[in-house]
Amino acid sequence: MLNKYPLWKNLLILFIVVMGIVYATPNFYAPDPAIQISHDSGIVDQSALDSAVFALGADGIEYFDPVLEDGNALIRLRNADEQSRAQQVVNLDLPEEYIVALNMAPNTPGWLDSLGAGPMTYGLDLRGGVHFLMEVDMEAAVYKQLTDSAASMRTLFREEGLRYRPPLEVDDNNRIAVQFTNAETRSAAIDLIRDEFPDFLFRTSESGGNYFLYYTMSELAMLQLQDYALQQNLTTLRTRVDELGVKEPKVQPMGNSRIIIELPGIQDTTRAKDLISAVATLQFHLAAEPGAAPGTTMEYIDPRTGGPLLVDRDIIISGENITQAQTSFDPQSSLPQVQISLDAVGARQWNEATRANIGRRTPILLIETKTRTVTERDESGELVSRSEPYTEERVISAPTIQAALGRQFVITGIPTIQEANDIALLIRSGALAAPMYFLEEYAIGPSLGQDNINRGLMSVQIGMGMVLIFMLVYYRLCGLAANIALVVNLMLLVAVMSIIGGTLTLPGIAGIVLTVGMAVDANVLIFARIREELRNGMPVQKAIDGGFGRAFVTILDANITTFLVAIILYSIGTGPVRGFAVTLSIGILTSMFTAIMVTRAIINLVYGGRNVKRISIGVKVPEAGATA
Amino acid sequence: MSEMKTINFMGLRKFSTIFSALLILLSIGSFVVNGMHFGLDFTGGTQIQVSYSETPDLEEIRSIISDAGYTNFEVVNFRTDQDLQIRIQETGVSEGDQEAGPGDASLVADEVVALLQSNTNADVERLGSGFIGSQVGEELREQGGLGMLVALIMIMIYIALRFQFKFSVGAVAALAHDVTITLGFFSLMQIDFDLTVLAALLAVIGYSLNDTIVVSDRIRENFRILRKSDPVELINISITQTFSRTIITSLTTLFVLLALFIFGGEMIKGFAIALIVGVLIGTYSSIYVAANVLLYMHISKEDLMQPIKEGEELDSLP
Repeated sequence: MLNKYPLWKNLLILFIVVMGIVYATPNFYAPDPAIQISHDSGIVDQSALDSAVFALGADGIEYFDPVLEDGNALIRLRNADEQSRAQQVVNLDLPEEYIVALNMAPNTPGWLDSLGAGPMTYGLDLRGGVHFLMEVDMEAAVYKQLTDSAASMRTLFREEGLRYRPPLEVDDNNRIAVQFTNAETRSAAIDLIRDEFPDFLFRTSESGGNYFLYYTMSELAMLQLQDYALQQNLTTLRTRVDELGVKEPKVQPMGNSRIIIELPGIQDTTRAKDLISAVATLQFHLAAEPGAAPGTTMEYIDPRTGGPLLVDRDIIISGENITQAQTSFDPQSSLPQVQISLDAVGARQWNEATRANIGRRTPILLIETKTRTVTERDESGELVSRSEPYTEERVISAPTIQAALGRQFVITGIPTIQEANDIALLIRSGALAAPMYFLEEYAIGPSLGQDNINRGLMSVQIGMGMVLIFMLVYYRLCGLAANIALVVNLMLLVAVMSIIGGTLTLPGIAGIVLTVGMAVDANVLIFARIREELRNGMPVQKAIDGGFGRAFVTILDANITTFLVAIILYSIGTGPVRGFAVTLSIGILTSMFTAIMVTRAIINLVYGGRNVKRISIGVKVPEAGATA
Repeated sequence: MSEMKTINFMGLRKFSTIFSALLILLSIGSFVVNGMHFGLDFTGGTQIQVSYSETPDLEEIRSIISDAGYTNFEVVNFRTDQDLQIRIQETGVSEGDQEAGPGDASLVADEVVALLQSNTNADVERLGSGFIGSQVGEELREQGGLGMLVALIMIMIYIALRFQFKFSVGAVAALAHDVTITLGFFSLMQIDFDLTVLAALLAVIGYSLNDTIVVSDRIRENFRILRKSDPVELINISITQTFSRTIITSLTTLFVLLALFIFGGEMIKGFAIALIVGVLIGTYSSIYVAANVLLYMHISKEDLMQPIKEGEELDSLP
């Protein structure tokens, strides 16, 4: 029969609508200010939580509902103003392996939570968030540049057969010091280096038959390096924050050596803090040959035996050569592993080194610089926090080379999936050009006043209301069907955004309402077609069917094209552009569903399957030939 | 056949060509002369942190700063409700003096702190100040242009496959037309271009494309089914048939946008303006630019006469 949906189709629509309501609901519960505690390596236990809670109580800070969740502790606070104080109090109370961070704890009811439903995060403009100020360690950047250059000089001299006296290293005055036994070799070296290292200034001196050559970086090169380090760290941080799944962050430079990061009330702040500051880089070395000179090796713990492992100082390839890192599982042992892809230069060096050294082991070094916040009382008894960088270097794996390796290979021997994930994320998001540490961390309020937020929300309601009224007046009963579809669309959009963890900003809300305004388009197209069919003398049932059918082609064409734009924007854009692309594509999908399926279901329920002569679509229809 | 009276839209095509060309020239001229006035998100500026001895009213602080002539700023609480973090676009520093971190005096910070002190009875302590850079990565700017280009090419290919090559030229011309003129409007009016406006511009792209495709779809249909062969007449019929839809959709969208513009407050104003201009231009271009390009490229029935079965299939859809 014409214009009747089968029962299953109606049920399916009903099911989707109900799911939409369920997953949109958590947004009606406001989150609490809280502090989150996690442990450097492991889980937070009840005694630590008790101790933290006791310290808060002693300081007169009102808290409630302290809980242990997924190895972390969460303490909710009555008063948002006391959040920073609470953080300091707990930081002072607990040993330094504990990381304490500001947090917004969601208040999703238990039954919704168990369905995996949660609210959208509110953006920095609506509800504020956490602010970090990081200092980029420029001295370390310069030192790294010098040691890298020293290593390149060693290689260059070796390749050219120039005899220098080891060690060729960076001395205490931040100079690369090179020693020769005669002046001729030295001037040959100067000629050689002039082309390869144009950024360096040199000075010579002689004493006791030794000919010295000192290289320092030029002022200009230092400035360029600092600028490069800041830019590189910014890019890396943006990628990391993106990879953490935090939407709508702010990452911007401050002065010449600092970076501001602002995150909207995110869930797992301690992990964010840990990953933001971590400078992780992988270095691939060769195991030292037996009897190697002492200055050319470094000692680490062998992950296989737990005993000492001597590693050759020279780096075959490092993090810069890695283009991709993904976690996967070893199909045989089902242990986590990290898949590495190298760039062309890295692949060549790696291939040459492994081909020449089959049977030798290649220790893979993970170097992590992290920071921890230490809180102390100063002379006057005030709580002061400062951050303290520390470095962890360890061999994560030392496989024996079985064959020459190419562009892609896997690192096995990583104990947990979480660790594999973190390693992959840190490598993937790029190396930091220089280590960083936290200078400040505090909660910030919304950048929009309550007044502004209220006005924004009111304008959105007015706009929405006007659209609804217009549709009702212009299309009568069919307009009402479209309006119901529109409200369902809005709810589905919110539900999907909540499921994928979107962040809601005021412009974002305006954007959502705009997609709603535009979603009307599909219904307008359908109704215009139905009216046309009626005007051409079609009977009502045929007109409804024909109207939906013909408009469908147009709606599909228009939406696919726009969807294509959204996909392209997503794949090439960053940050805010990506966020927009996601909202746009979700809006297209939900509006197609509601405008076509939901509206149709309602119209079918009202008119379908019976003999109707008139349809309330805001137009007079000639009474002729009204048969179903 | 439809009894609707066909409106001779294309009668104005010469005039519209000149009109569009003028708008585009004006936009480009404005880019050259005025450039774009970028917002705090893009330019960065000065950050000042102050502490009040009594809890200040944020709205009041915002209006004090605004009244002093600063247009592009942000005021938030940090740590407690007595501490304020203020960001303004002005840096007020001469070219040579770039050494400034927190604690360093910068002229703007002095000015702002003095301004705040003179407007309150409470003590205002300056905690620190410094220059902040752009919130937008270099990569966004660099990839932005390339991204747009890739997007345009992909859209052209899709429309060429789904419709016909001449339609893809029409759609892309309409798109470029709308984006250029919207941007030109911002440049001419010296309205701040920030990330919110960027999002609005992306929405304009979606809207413009949607509108153009709906009209193109009708043109394609009519070229195939109507027994008329004059392209101008066929296009006039198509635009007339879709006209009420074009107007209604523009109206509903404009309802929302006008509400945002009038009641929405400062934050959404730029967003609303960008879209209002975009929707108006987009509505005009879906009628005059895309169709006009088709006529300039001598669209004919033959261009669209490949045997296609879709029509029949779709008629039997539920």
